[in-house]
Amino acid sequence: MQQHEESTHYGLLAEFESPDDLLAAAKATFAAGYRKIDAYSPMPVHGLGEAIGFPRTRLPWLVFAFGLLGAITGYSLCYWVSAIDYPLNIAGKPLHSGPMFIPVTFELTILFAALSSAFGMFIANGLPQPYHPVFNAPNFARASQDRFFLSIEVEDPQFDREKTEEFLRGLNPHEVVEVEK
Amino acid sequence: MSEAAKTPYRPPVSELGPSQTSYTSITDKISGIVLTKNTPLAWFICFALGFLLLHGFMIGVPYLLFEGVGIWGINNPIGWGWAIINFVWWIGIGHAGTLISAILLLFRQRWRTSINRAAEAMTIFAVLCAAQFPLFHTGRPWLACYWLLPYPNSMDIWPQFRSPLIWDVFAVSTYLTVSLVFWFVGLVPDLASLRDRAKNRIAQVIYGVLALGWRGSAIHWERYEMASLLLAGLSTPLVLSVHSVVSFDFAVGLIPGWHTTIFPPYFVAGAIYAGFAMVLTLMIPMRLLYGLDDFITERHLNNMAKVMLASGLIVGYGYFMEQLIAWYSASVFEGYMMQNRMKGPYGPFYWALIVCNIIVPQLLWFRHFRTSMFWLFFISQFINVGMWLERFIIVVTSLHRDFMPSSWDMFHPTIWDIAIYVGTIGLFIVLFFLFIRGLPMISIHEIRNLLVSGDHK
Repeated sequence: MQQHEESTHYGLLAEFESPDDLLAAAKATFAAGYRKIDAYSPMPVHGLGEAIGFPRTRLPWLVFAFGLLGAITGYSLCYWVSAIDYPLNIAGKPLHSGPMFIPVTFELTILFAALSSAFGMFIANGLPQPYHPVFNAPNFARASQDRFFLSIEVEDPQFDREKTEEFLRGLNPHEVVEVEK
Repeated sequence: MSEAAKTPYRPPVSELGPSQTSYTSITDKISGIVLTKNTPLAWFICFALGFLLLHGFMIGVPYLLFEGVGIWGINNPIGWGWAIINFVWWIGIGHAGTLISAILLLFRQRWRTSINRAAEAMTIFAVLCAAQFPLFHTGRPWLACYWLLPYPNSMDIWPQFRSPLIWDVFAVSTYLTVSLVFWFVGLVPDLASLRDRAKNRIAQVIYGVLALGWRGSAIHWERYEMASLLLAGLSTPLVLSVHSVVSFDFAVGLIPGWHTTIFPPYFVAGAIYAGFAMVLTLMIPMRLLYGLDDFITERHLNNMAKVMLASGLIVGYGYFMEQLIAWYSASVFEGYMMQNRMKGPYGPFYWALIVCNIIVPQLLWFRHFRTSMFWLFFISQFINVGMWLERFIIVVTSLHRDFMPSSWDMFHPTIWDIAIYVGTIGLFIVLFFLFIRGLPMISIHEIRNLLVSGDHK
């Protein structure tokens, strides 16, 4: 019976009316020892990621690495083309004319860094992801509009159908529903 | 502020009008503009006007490709005519969008929120219009690839990386790409709102696909906010570089009137000036058409007018410096160029430019003009025209009388110059009106955030 429930349900979803309620609930849930939790809101809520135990994102390092790669690509492209593969002697000017290579180097730095920041964010977030169990919850359409949600997954070691629901009901939610997979 | 902080739905933050007090009302109002069967009649009229103008482009470009750039008014000394003028004009207009979306974000100017989405859209459409000119002024764009883009080609030749024109290719294409990505990243949570509100199956599928399955997870938001901040930080030097590079097209050349070090900052200031004039040109009718008084408040108009005044004064300083250096350099050619600019055959255009860009905008010192929609729209039109004239003066007066009097000539635009230019205005209007019909023109999730951050102040 327990096995059966785990395979057909994703978890429990509590609905809140304000970001402050959600933030307080998220902190309480984390403090109660739940770890497979997530919070959903129609706009970023300051401190919510931290409240559910999400470490700081490493995205800036990725962007830095790609920016550096862009700079190296840009400069070496200009250098290789102008000084090695296609040297043109124009009024005796040096083939390796560094200052003239800076604009292209700069633009490619920005291009690589910006693309890695956007795509890195989407990939790390696992998007595009057309299906997710929380979308099955009856009122979840409001998560993108004006309501705030907290989910605890069945797979959480502490999850217990009755006790967890009771716990969530104690956090002053608007409603608690069971979400199917 | 303090009394409002007690309730979760805090009434009027100063960035919003009095009736926008809850997440629900904000979402309803903005998505309601898109998710409705009732398109305002004014929308059809504006779209039809844009579509009509677009035909100048749709007819002009095939003829240009068939016949070559000789159909334009360009001649031997004036090899750069309206194509370059229009290119610089459009790309400058785009800069205000990035200023609003990136630079004002970094400076935590919260009022930017309600104008940021539409201004970014304006940026993308303006850059698209701008890109048409360098593309088609090559005459045979399909042959231009090998000297515009570095790819291994069968002729085994490469672009010239010491030329500002190739810098332009990199700057403008990077600018378009990054603006598009930044805009799309901003749109994703709002597309999810539209997906969840749409009643019609086709709209649900389209917005659903575009929203990428966004569900507003707190972990996603953490990375999302970081990505937005990084994109803003990257766009800021980018936007300053783009118009600097555009100005290098001129400043690196040796032509009197072009070869000046003031060009990069003066071009960037001019870009912001022109861009804010265009933002106001678009926002004021939008505000009337869709009743957005609660989002685009008097404070927004006032702030935009102040930015316009400040950047306009920098542009004025640029004009003054050009005059000063023409005299102080003691260069005969620079001196003659400036005399010819003021008193020569194009003198009336120079003085029209001074009236449009320097004299009329002085009205913005007065609060009355900064907060009146009519006057702001009126002044913005002067700036739109003035900034076009500025580029005309820079390009044409410098070229038409250079070092050798025997090669002097005049520039007369042909019907095709006008048709293609007007055509890009049509393209811009068409794209902008499609945008406001199909996508939320105000960033819904950022506006919701104004209510939240009000709480914590």
